[in-house]
Amino acid sequence: MRVAVITFPGSNCDQDCHRSVEIAGGSASYIWHREQSLGNAEAVIVPGGFAHGDYLRPGAIARFSPIMETVARFARRGGFVLGICNGFQVLCEAGLLPGALLRNASLRFQSHDCHLRVERADTPFTSACHRGQVLRMPLSHADGNYYADPETLAALESEGRVVFRYCDPRGDATVESNPNGSLMGIAGIANRRGNVLGMMPHPDRAIEAALGSVDGLPLFESLVGQTHAAEVVR
Amino acid sequence: MTQSTPNPSGPNRFAVQVLVTPRPGLLDPQGKAIHHSLASLGFDSVAAVRVGKAIHLEVAAESAAEAEEAARAMCDKLLANPVTEDFRVAAVASAGETR
Amino acid sequence: MIDSPLPRPGDPPVTAALVEEHGLSPEEYARIVRILGREATFTELGVFSAMWSEHCGYKNSKRLLRLLPTEAPWVIQGPGENAGVIDAGDGYALAFKIESHNHPSAVEPYQGAATGIGGILRDVFTMGARPVATLNSLHFGDLDHPHVRYLFGGVVRGIGDYGNCVGIPSTGGEVQFDRGYRDNPIVNAMCLGLMRREDLIRGTAEGVGNTLMAVGARTGRDGIHGATFASEELSEGDDVSSRPQVQVGDPFTEKLLLEASLELIASGHIVGIQDMGAAGLTSSGAEMAGRSGTGVEMEVAQVPVREEGMTPYEILLSESQERMLVVAAAGREEAVREILEKWELEAATIGRVTASGAFRVLENGAPVADIPALPLTEGCPTYERPGEEGEEVRALRTMDISPHVKPPGALEDAFLQVTGSPTVASKQWVYEQYDTTVRANSIERPGGDAGVIRIPGTRRGIAATTDCNGRHTWLNPRVGAMGAVAEAARNVACTGAVPRAITNCLNFGSPLKPQIMHQFREAVLGMRDACAFLETPVTGGNVSFYNETDGKAVYPTPVIGMVGVLDDLEKLVRHPFRNDGDAILLLGNNTGELGGSEYLYVLHDLVAGEPPPVDLAAERQLQRCIVALATEGRVRSAHDVSSGGLAVTLTECCLGRPRAGGGLGATVRLDDPIPATALLFGEDHGRIVVSCAPGDAGAVARTAAGFGVPCARIGAVTTPSSPLVIEMAQESLRIPLAALRAQHFGAIPGIMNRTGTSQTG
Repeated sequence: MRVAVITFPGSNCDQDCHRSVEIAGGSASYIWHREQSLGNAEAVIVPGGFAHGDYLRPGAIARFSPIMETVARFARRGGFVLGICNGFQVLCEAGLLPGALLRNASLRFQSHDCHLRVERADTPFTSACHRGQVLRMPLSHADGNYYADPETLAALESEGRVVFRYCDPRGDATVESNPNGSLMGIAGIANRRGNVLGMMPHPDRAIEAALGSVDGLPLFESLVGQTHAAEVVR
Repeated sequence: MTQSTPNPSGPNRFAVQVLVTPRPGLLDPQGKAIHHSLASLGFDSVAAVRVGKAIHLEVAAESAAEAEEAARAMCDKLLANPVTEDFRVAAVASAGETR
Repeated sequence: MIDSPLPRPGDPPVTAALVEEHGLSPEEYARIVRILGREATFTELGVFSAMWSEHCGYKNSKRLLRLLPTEAPWVIQGPGENAGVIDAGDGYALAFKIESHNHPSAVEPYQGAATGIGGILRDVFTMGARPVATLNSLHFGDLDHPHVRYLFGGVVRGIGDYGNCVGIPSTGGEVQFDRGYRDNPIVNAMCLGLMRREDLIRGTAEGVGNTLMAVGARTGRDGIHGATFASEELSEGDDVSSRPQVQVGDPFTEKLLLEASLELIASGHIVGIQDMGAAGLTSSGAEMAGRSGTGVEMEVAQVPVREEGMTPYEILLSESQERMLVVAAAGREEAVREILEKWELEAATIGRVTASGAFRVLENGAPVADIPALPLTEGCPTYERPGEEGEEVRALRTMDISPHVKPPGALEDAFLQVTGSPTVASKQWVYEQYDTTVRANSIERPGGDAGVIRIPGTRRGIAATTDCNGRHTWLNPRVGAMGAVAEAARNVACTGAVPRAITNCLNFGSPLKPQIMHQFREAVLGMRDACAFLETPVTGGNVSFYNETDGKAVYPTPVIGMVGVLDDLEKLVRHPFRNDGDAILLLGNNTGELGGSEYLYVLHDLVAGEPPPVDLAAERQLQRCIVALATEGRVRSAHDVSSGGLAVTLTECCLGRPRAGGGLGATVRLDDPIPATALLFGEDHGRIVVSCAPGDAGAVARTAAGFGVPCARIGAVTTPSSPLVIEMAQESLRIPLAALRAQHFGAIPGIMNRTGTSQTG
């Protein structure tokens, strides 16, 4: 599986995503944001960071980078797109995913481990997980408070598009385990077709025991293990 | 930092104020925190606080109305997020006079 | 001299009063006239004023700083460059430096702290190293004051927002709260960077004919005379508008500069690069020429500016952030520009390297400054001013503190009060606002003895910490500074890493006062002794004088930034207890030193007594011992004893990290024949609490004996639901973990999340 990692000038997690893909057995390459082609990539990762300083709103300027038009086309054709942290914010701004990520309820930047419950194990990003599985990984953001209007939220829930929900270590989604005020404790969602996923926590920082957790690895293994990718895109 | 283009095209320059505010009903933790803080400082006459942002544009246009229309298009496309924010635009003066 | 600069129309005449306003004495100005062979122009006066300020010229500190040890086989670059560099093994070099941003943070905490981070990152990446971690050392007044909460909250947010955006993990630091810092916060930022040894580049302007380029943000009027401002004291009634404009940080531009600089260095198109930091274009141009024995000629009209009508004086002294001076190899200017364009940065050719030995500046072709570079950078007059211990502090230092050994209430209350004191409580509220995991190399995050970063692609790690207990250094600067070095090294050693070198940030009041000069001299001497003994030479740092408000100085605060190398990350040791049933051992002796302790401050509102003495020989053996134990894989946890004493150490070992589950209880017996408070809260140096499998306790003791380190088995780790039990000769304590948790993790959020702040003092 060939995975393109998009690099904006302010991307900070491009290397982490690159390494994660390689550790999971895929092959990764960087694509500069001013490019217009994804080359022969079979999946795209929009990594974390502060794409354009996050000035105005996180992701607001990045969505106009030349490569984003290509990414949008790629996604519409069914190509796999994973947005992590700032990448999730970019995908929301670009309209590839619904809703928005507001300032954390604490009004502070938050950087700490969190627990996530896998709500759907039948996506290309979670096929190596099982439903209800609890993953521990770092989060690190100031604007991760997921918001969508009531209709959108209801649709996300009824269509089963909430892929990850914040929870406690036992897997219960409680008020205390919701770190940033996200509606319904949403940590990650997919688009209707299931080929685009955005999530605030960082699986790319939980891929080696030395880092304290390997719970992020199954996500990359799931993506790298997809076999029908090439057909979908072409 | 003020970013300005030395020679904007167009006959006149207008200062356009764009006010971006959280949509009604949207939780505004910043506003809530400021409200709380003001109360603790003794400003207890404050009934509500909403925090948005003001963006000042210098726009080259034929008329104030045209400048405002351009600003609204900018809001739709970039300056405001329709999911969470409302905006108002007002051409307040010719930019030349404000300098 | 041919073509000497003439007074520029519109510039004020250089009078005695103007010279004084520039912080130069009549004697210093006479020296300037001798160097120039004529009167200085207004522009030249500004240049000298900045270069001969304490910040750039170290005029009151240089003679003493020369006493510090700076060499070791592993030191690649000692003091005098943008950052120090040591060998990190496997072909890697580690660049690191600490710097103060105290004054800007007192005026505008958010931007002050943010720009402090920006400056220290540039110091490291201009050596060719990629920044891999930041740490900070923060000292504030007591948090019950709303203005202190405003400063503390703003500084933490400023550090976080800047570092997070650039994408550098924060891996450690310290925060101390004490009334000694009420009006003058200490905000010191440290950065670590890694590079391949061959990628090291220095801030030099070599090769006559090479091109000077200004890179990055445009030059505005911000921070003019910041370097001089940093060398003056604040006063309560100061009109804020008379201050230099606050420098505003732009972390996104910094990120672009970082990536572009590293790409430029790797490209081989440039021969030198330096941050335009304090005193901006003046210091970067003069220092690069001074270091290489060349000259520079610059045309100010070519410098990209942000505001119209800027004078040469303003352009040369502006401290606008996120700018660099680059020396491009002649003929490679276009290649340099191409790299910068990719990163959306501006680059302008502003001059060239000359053989003249002069720092020469033109405005539209007319000379406005022409100064011999070496005297400008190296000829700053140096002083060794007289010093004498202050009366107030002598009285407090020699005070009999024995009446205060008894706590005012129950011992258990004292225990909870000390462990809940913000200085020793968990700094979770602080470090969770910093991105601690970006770049996926943070092996040990903040909250332990030292942060540990992996060197990618190797088994090695870098451990780093910052330390200075200002209360100790105030009471006895020599012993306190020695203690700061010892504690920093001990913190690094507790992870299993070998302490290798330090960078220091010397925060003091006005050196013109004998009691401050006494503090400075004593602190330097204490540091000298400790660094020499522990083989951790000084590779650079920063002096920050004039940390005073209305004549009242901060505690002398010589902050130590210590780095160490861990050869095998598999051997890393952390501080939390790990298993029910493990043996707890104490390395080192309890002597019950309560002078300058957290206990006296919290329970008796007192800063008095002699601070804990440092036995450097014992300290060195202890550190070698803990590194050996880690290498042997014998210990499951190790934690140093410092502020708050054993009470705090044991609390932290039991509670472990926040968000990591419940922690473990412990039962400990301390038989030392000293009063309970001295035993629990004494801050005696030279102690480490370790735990190990019960069967390994004998082996640990044998290793310790081999190093001549006292070792006592003092207890055992118990279950998650057990309390912390401490039995002593006369009394015993039994405190549920829930109570400790509330104190330790709840103290700072309890204050910061539930109370207001005030921008005004």
